[in-house]
Amino acid sequence: MTVDTVKNAENTPDQEQPYKELGLKDDEYARIKDILGRRPTDAELAMYSVMWSEHCSYKSSKVHLKYFSETTTDEMREKMLAGIGENAGVVDIGDGWAITFKAESHNHPSYVEPYQGAATGVGGIVRDILAMGARPLAVMDPLRFGPADAPDTRRVLPGIVAGVGGYGNCLGLPNIGGEVVFDATYAGNPLVNALCVGAMRVEDLHLAHASGTGNKVILFGARTGLDGIGGVSVLASETFDDSAGAGKRKKLPSVQVGDPFTEKVLIECCLELFAERIVVGIQDLGGAGLACATSELASAGDGGMRVHLERVPLRATGMTPAEILSSESQERMCAVVRPEDLDAFMAVCAKWDVIATEIGEVTEGDRLVITWHDEVVLDVPPRTVAHEGPVYDRPIVRPADQDALQADLPDRLPRPARDDLLPLIKSMAASPNLASKRWVTQQYDRYVRGGTVLAQPADSGMIRIDESTNRGVALSTDCNGRYTKLDPYAGAQLALAEAYRNVATTGATPVAVTNCLNFGSPEDPAVMWQFEQAVKGLADGCVELGIPVTGGNVSFYNQTGSTAILPTPVVGVLGVIDDVRRRIPTGIGAEAGETLLLLGETREEFGGSEWAHVVHGHLGGLPPKVDLAREKLLGEVLVAGSRDGMLSAAHDLSDGGLAQALVETCLIGEVGARVFLEGDLFTELFSESTARVLVAVPRTEELRFTDMCTARGLPWRKVGVVDPESDALEIQELGSLPLAELREAWEGTLPALFD
Amino acid sequence: MRVGVITFPGTLDDVDAERAVRYAGGEAVKLWHADHDLKDVDAVIVPGGFSYGDYLRCGAIARFAPVMQEVVDAAKKGMPVLGICNGFQILCEAHLLPGALIRNHKLHFVCRDQWLKVENNSTAWTSRYDQGAEILVPLKSGEGGYQADRSTLDELEGEGRVVFRYVGENPNGSRNDIAGITSANGRVVGLMPHPEHAIDALTGPTDDGLGMFLSLVDSVVKA
Repeated sequence: MTVDTVKNAENTPDQEQPYKELGLKDDEYARIKDILGRRPTDAELAMYSVMWSEHCSYKSSKVHLKYFSETTTDEMREKMLAGIGENAGVVDIGDGWAITFKAESHNHPSYVEPYQGAATGVGGIVRDILAMGARPLAVMDPLRFGPADAPDTRRVLPGIVAGVGGYGNCLGLPNIGGEVVFDATYAGNPLVNALCVGAMRVEDLHLAHASGTGNKVILFGARTGLDGIGGVSVLASETFDDSAGAGKRKKLPSVQVGDPFTEKVLIECCLELFAERIVVGIQDLGGAGLACATSELASAGDGGMRVHLERVPLRATGMTPAEILSSESQERMCAVVRPEDLDAFMAVCAKWDVIATEIGEVTEGDRLVITWHDEVVLDVPPRTVAHEGPVYDRPIVRPADQDALQADLPDRLPRPARDDLLPLIKSMAASPNLASKRWVTQQYDRYVRGGTVLAQPADSGMIRIDESTNRGVALSTDCNGRYTKLDPYAGAQLALAEAYRNVATTGATPVAVTNCLNFGSPEDPAVMWQFEQAVKGLADGCVELGIPVTGGNVSFYNQTGSTAILPTPVVGVLGVIDDVRRRIPTGIGAEAGETLLLLGETREEFGGSEWAHVVHGHLGGLPPKVDLAREKLLGEVLVAGSRDGMLSAAHDLSDGGLAQALVETCLIGEVGARVFLEGDLFTELFSESTARVLVAVPRTEELRFTDMCTARGLPWRKVGVVDPESDALEIQELGSLPLAELREAWEGTLPALFD
Repeated sequence: MRVGVITFPGTLDDVDAERAVRYAGGEAVKLWHADHDLKDVDAVIVPGGFSYGDYLRCGAIARFAPVMQEVVDAAKKGMPVLGICNGFQILCEAHLLPGALIRNHKLHFVCRDQWLKVENNSTAWTSRYDQGAEILVPLKSGEGGYQADRSTLDELEGEGRVVFRYVGENPNGSRNDIAGITSANGRVVGLMPHPEHAIDALTGPTDDGLGMFLSLVDSVVKA
């Protein structure tokens, strides 16, 4: 094997390099040559090409994402211990506890290889949380697929669900929520987003930087192999010599293969290392592998770094330096350790049977130098790799058909006759987006570690953080891509509003936001317009709600041919609850004698609604009106209601409106209800006006609670009573739906499609 | 009252088992897979998870762990041993209990709240329950189908050694709806469902599982 050294690169300035195949543009390649003062070596080219990719460099989104930090006020920042740019955002939740949480996409790998793509998506986000110094506590998975009955969905969905479960269950992390959404635009481009939340004591926060000349760089965890090497494989010569034992070079799929057992052991090993306080800096190896970890650690530190690449333990023979640097083999971490702590570090790794290798050290100066058997194969200023990559201000054009889309009002759609309303409640409950997701979620362990207070199908997942105080956190992720398509600015705010409301509905106070922004190609000016609008909407919304965005992820190029997915800015909101015993459950019937109240106002709003989608296949008009001031007030009332024990159940109104909320609260609570509505019954039942929550109030608390709503100016209306004797949902003037029949409709859809 | 809880690499529910022991008034003692040492405990719990990744066959590697050799010796002398989920699989592999657990009949991992019928309340781990009582605890496993040959099943049934049976739809294809069994002396119990996840109604579906840990405390105190 001949290795392209720096010396060789200096001597062969005109050698042609496959930079285009690696995804670099002409001017990007020219800039690399400019930075280095020569052509890059194969290893350098590999490092720059992966680090300057859209995925790692955020080159198309950077100019827009800075709007998040520009709009975050000092007051919003008060509880933030780490924000955008770190592995994950960190929030102080009181009592000395810090919470870190983040979402990431693994969309494209999951389409190619559903099980492994989804599994390694979970593995990657968990390592991000671990790298902050936290114990990972729970995961959530917002998923989106093509039409539920499409043949390819049958291929993709079971694999993705099994992958999420297979990896997360084996890691011992409860899966506490997420989403499963179907829409034709996701056919050929499913979305697999994974969120992880972790906790640590405030003083244990670890940041990824390599500091202190002489400190050692340790690579630990799994061996490095050929898996997950994407475009970089073009650097491997086609006429690779036979010394590796094979006649022709064996290419492995560029989707990585996960080993959750190794990751579980790695988690426990890292936590023990943190507890011993022998880690100066730590970084996980995810996208772009060692190339990313070494350049980011060095770039964020106060010195340079020297790495002896031949020391990296391999699981394949004949790997080139470029391949080792860009391998995305899973379950690896990189740590910076003081020399005097090296033995202790190695002892902990040995206890857990984790392979750990000293691969380099922090040096004086500001260069990242990588050698291969003492020959320099890479010598770069790390900031130019990790933090000073290309930035594009791409053209933005409001789509030509946006006006026509918004003018196509749902008003023209035929409404159901009064007699058809009851059957419509049932058929809507059975439609794929509204149907029970139990087929999916029962493949996920929600109990492990004994901290899960709420999990799917609750409005938010809730985890107890501290057993002695019962302090806990709640999390919800949401996004309605149809709303975002109709109006990306409002759509992003609606996603934020829904996640915020879901968290408050369970009794927690929303405190921070993360996101996973899934969009089409940034080279399409119409997509960039959607992106820019969504970022603005989300950031402005956060200012109005007074909670910061602490981190996020961007996934572009989600499209099939020239058709982009619905713009899907998934928003995750984190809430804090002082005492998880005060949580508000979703199902009614916990207390004898409950009144059902509808909080908020119902308007005739059907643009982008589930009804228009299911019944008419229609998408047009404007999404429901955003009212963040009202969301905030509603949240305060719900949290107060939880704190004072005035609420026995609550359920947020969103897709499918009041009808769906009633169906779910009855079925989850396994008890019937009698409902009386006024006005236009169709609008009452199916409108998707926001800032509404259905609550159950014990009769003894009814007056106290409604007085509070009135005093605070929150509209409320009595819409029914819980009937413990009844096994039906009865709607006055319309008739009654037996719960058994509703359950069959709601729970039967997914098993019928996927069993 | 010292109750050992074993941690293998890949064990997940050790913290839950330890918590359940504490809730029942016992002292939880951590046992490490690589040690030939039971630390003078009065009973042992082999908790759930994916020991050594369950890569060869569930529990097949764990049974050879140094600590398991101590457990087998102690069990033969009458020490109460409880295997939950992966722990049940390990006890079967170690031949402390007969039979084996195979892939669920629908081939999916199943996590759900499961009703169980208490079929035998005379073991070291079930004396707090009424015979025939129904309890609700989580079941979460991908390989929970209990299998044994006809004569073993007949023996288990004939000697009343089926401890728990699934109520309602069989969730994993277990023979005779078996959820848990016991050794001939009633000291070793293995079950697929997770009583340690049902010790209070805040984090579990019920507190029905606590009875197993209270039963143990009773049996050791009496002995």
